[in-house]
Amino acid sequence: MLSLKQRRSLNTLLMGVLAWGVALAIFFPIFWMLLTSFKTEIDAFATPPQLFFSPTLENYTLVNERSDYLHFAWNSVVVSFGSTIIGMMLAVPAAYSMAFFETKRTKGTLLWMLSTKMLPPVGVLVPIYLIFKDTGLLDTKTGLVIIYTLINLPIMIWMAYTYFKEIPKEVLEAARMDGSTLFQEIWRVLLPMSKGGLAATVLLSLILSWNEAFWSLNLTASEAAPLTALIASYSSPEGLFWAKLSAVSTLACAPILIFGWISQKQLVRGLSFGAVK
Amino acid sequence: MKTTALNAGPASSAAEPKQDSRQGSIRKTSRINRFMVSPSVLVLALWMVIPLSMTIYFSVIRYNLLYPGDNEFVGLENFQFFVTDFGFMAGMSNTLLLVGSVLLITVVLGVLISLLVNQAFWGRGIVRILLISPFFIMPTVNALIWKNLLLHPVSGVFAAIWKFFGATPIDWFSEFPLFSIIMIVSWQWLPFAILLLMTALQSLDQEQQEAARLDGAGPWALFFHLTLPHLARPIAVVVMIETIFLLSIFAEIFTTTGGGPGYETTNLAYLIYSQALLQFDVGLASAGGLIAVVLANIAAFFLVRLIGKSLTEKQ
Amino acid sequence: MANLTIKNLKKSFGETEILKGINLEIKDNEFVVFVGPSGCGKSTLLRSIAGLEEVTGGHILLDTKEITDLAPAKRDLAMVFQSYALYPHMSVRKNMSFALELAKEKKEVIHNKVAEAARILELDPLLERKPKELSGGQRQRVAIGRAIVRQPKVFLFDEPLSNLDAALRVQMRLELARLHHDLNATMIYVTHDQVEAMTLADKVVVLNQGRIEQVGTPLDLYRNPANRFVAGFLGMPKMSFLPGKVTALDASSVTVELTSGTTVTLPAASEHLSQGSAVTVGVRPENIDVVEPSESSLTGHMDIAESLGSDTYCYVKTDGQETLTVRMPGNFACNYGDRIGLRLHVDECHLFDEQGNAVQKPSRLAA
Repeated sequence: MLSLKQRRSLNTLLMGVLAWGVALAIFFPIFWMLLTSFKTEIDAFATPPQLFFSPTLENYTLVNERSDYLHFAWNSVVVSFGSTIIGMMLAVPAAYSMAFFETKRTKGTLLWMLSTKMLPPVGVLVPIYLIFKDTGLLDTKTGLVIIYTLINLPIMIWMAYTYFKEIPKEVLEAARMDGSTLFQEIWRVLLPMSKGGLAATVLLSLILSWNEAFWSLNLTASEAAPLTALIASYSSPEGLFWAKLSAVSTLACAPILIFGWISQKQLVRGLSFGAVK
Repeated sequence: MKTTALNAGPASSAAEPKQDSRQGSIRKTSRINRFMVSPSVLVLALWMVIPLSMTIYFSVIRYNLLYPGDNEFVGLENFQFFVTDFGFMAGMSNTLLLVGSVLLITVVLGVLISLLVNQAFWGRGIVRILLISPFFIMPTVNALIWKNLLLHPVSGVFAAIWKFFGATPIDWFSEFPLFSIIMIVSWQWLPFAILLLMTALQSLDQEQQEAARLDGAGPWALFFHLTLPHLARPIAVVVMIETIFLLSIFAEIFTTTGGGPGYETTNLAYLIYSQALLQFDVGLASAGGLIAVVLANIAAFFLVRLIGKSLTEKQ
Repeated sequence: MANLTIKNLKKSFGETEILKGINLEIKDNEFVVFVGPSGCGKSTLLRSIAGLEEVTGGHILLDTKEITDLAPAKRDLAMVFQSYALYPHMSVRKNMSFALELAKEKKEVIHNKVAEAARILELDPLLERKPKELSGGQRQRVAIGRAIVRQPKVFLFDEPLSNLDAALRVQMRLELARLHHDLNATMIYVTHDQVEAMTLADKVVVLNQGRIEQVGTPLDLYRNPANRFVAGFLGMPKMSFLPGKVTALDASSVTVELTSGTTVTLPAASEHLSQGSAVTVGVRPENIDVVEPSESSLTGHMDIAESLGSDTYCYVKTDGQETLTVRMPGNFACNYGDRIGLRLHVDECHLFDEQGNAVQKPSRLAA
């Protein structure tokens, strides 16, 4: 019979192997996508699917020529960063006010803001579509930026609020005594102290905007369509395209994947509205 | 002799108190502070009120983009049509099936996997990264990867595995369209559950576990009596948040099946979309939209109560 | 010059009135200590002076200039916070120079001022470190340095020593006293520790429930407390209080019968008292002696005796069920339950009327 210690190590080993197995299984589709992006179309469509093949970069080089990838990518970038920047400009002051000058209505306001996120987009699809049509915002990056700012604002305010709450009020008071104006207090003391949390907030907003797949599909056509729409257009098959699809997809998903890996811990806070720390 | 404060100081009436009112009065700054929330509140209020009230308005008139100008008040007619349209029953049941299945799969697997990963082993950090990755993939990419690379009945990976075991490969999107969607969505949301539950497990009280083990509790007992109750709240959070988002699943259906075959993969969100943007019946779609809003609000009500509690019990 | 005048200052938080009308004069170069129990309003008063709290009524004037509603930055005051409140992302040097940078002072001037403050506080080797690399005492000195550098009219200290361990606290107390002499500046200091008040202050302000109970020098307050509250607050161990009734009075003395029946005659001005008035006799531990039970009419038995080496503090229960604390020399020994007699130094005793106010002593009127 094995000793207690040996049994524990065996246990750990087995669990480790099992964990790796599960993780690889879950990651497999992404891995396969990556793999396929380096295949020729013929290899990609081969039956049975090939694990070993001679890799090629032709898909990546062709991506831009075929589908004007850069145009769509640029739209994604502009819309994500645009909505994030505007969102932060609104969220930071709001969170500052709520964190350091809390009134009886603060909690209520926060909860109300979060509740606006629970509005299913379909519920307002029609009015928004019509408003955008009438104001000429359909198929514009501006229109998307506005929508994205609105849907991400509650989470941004909320995350900034929780990070600001962790900063001792007295340090800000010290800055005030030292002669700082409100702007200087925020810019030179508060923001540097909450760098980490705000970075996570920014990343979360970028991820949510980049991957957003409702408004981007319905409110854009060709001008302002971001990458989500580009990929969706591949659903109507135009011959063999798997390898190219994989290449485009890899390019589209890579940055966000990396952002996500970096900010996992803070994302938990943001995504669970703080109920899980 | 009592030494008390002097009441008549030299500064009392003689000198005029000089007030530096140009800059930096406390009252002014505290007013600014309180109003810094206003732009956000205003903007969000508009975002809520305007579209929602328009939806309400549209839902009680006849409004079809193909026949503009024919907008008379029709009361609850749109709601009636929407609910009796045979797409509706399918839409509702598909929505419930979709949400329920994904919840079940993600929570059960989420608990199991997070428990698995909770102990230290070689490469745990990398395993974590691998496990949470699907969440960051664009929904449209997700859908197409699964539809083409994995589930394709001829060249897909699943087909290859089936053939390897000597079975005939399944044409997933034809034979089990809804299940295929469920698979795709579960894969995307499983990391969310894993991430939250993993984090919650890390705050599990070690001392409590050790005390229980000393008392003779085996692994099953530990799980049922200590771990599961501790996870009750994060699971509730996962369920609530996933429900909110799963009710509006759209992109995956849009990119793969377009709601079909027939209505088999149409959920409420897609149904409304097809009414509005494919059949141009705004009135009908608005009625449907309101129903979706009501459903979501019910789920949201519980979520807000849960969050409200956790927000108020600081630390 | 830095004279601070506070007139009828009121501060409420919503419904609760924290400061109920404070009137105070603080002279140039004074070290003033606000002392009182938790919740008395001393920190609120300090923060109102600093400008971190908006006042509800009243005026604050600094050298005849009204600063009541001015932003903190414009008041020319510097504050040392209880938790030091250093900027964690800045080095010690930057922490100290921040205010000067905001005021757009020249680089050279900043450098010199920081160097000077660092010299006074012995912070030179630490200038490039970040706060998290410093010990509690070092952080506190940086907080003080940050204030010194601004050369303010008044220094404000909010319980600066309460986060330090006992030994460090004593050391820093001495350093603060030295600092006051070196800088020759007006300082306002808030604490709940009456030892700090007694040792550091030129003037002590005792606060209770939003009101000033008494203002004076430490020894003044110790020897001539204006009421029971101040009498019981200052002095360690606390003054003992014996309730009683007036049995006889004449022009310069009052005879009080204590609960146990013993009578004591104290020198006191008896104008406001009459036969039968309820009074309280207050006596400090150092003004009682333990004697043989036969030598005194006030008797009791020994409860606990705490021997500190230099002194022994005896807690005594009198026959009238009153408790007294007696200070005896360090070599005094007594057993639990022993019967003892107590002799009061009546000249040093205090008398308080029914409202708790002190009855004046005729012998002090002349002084």
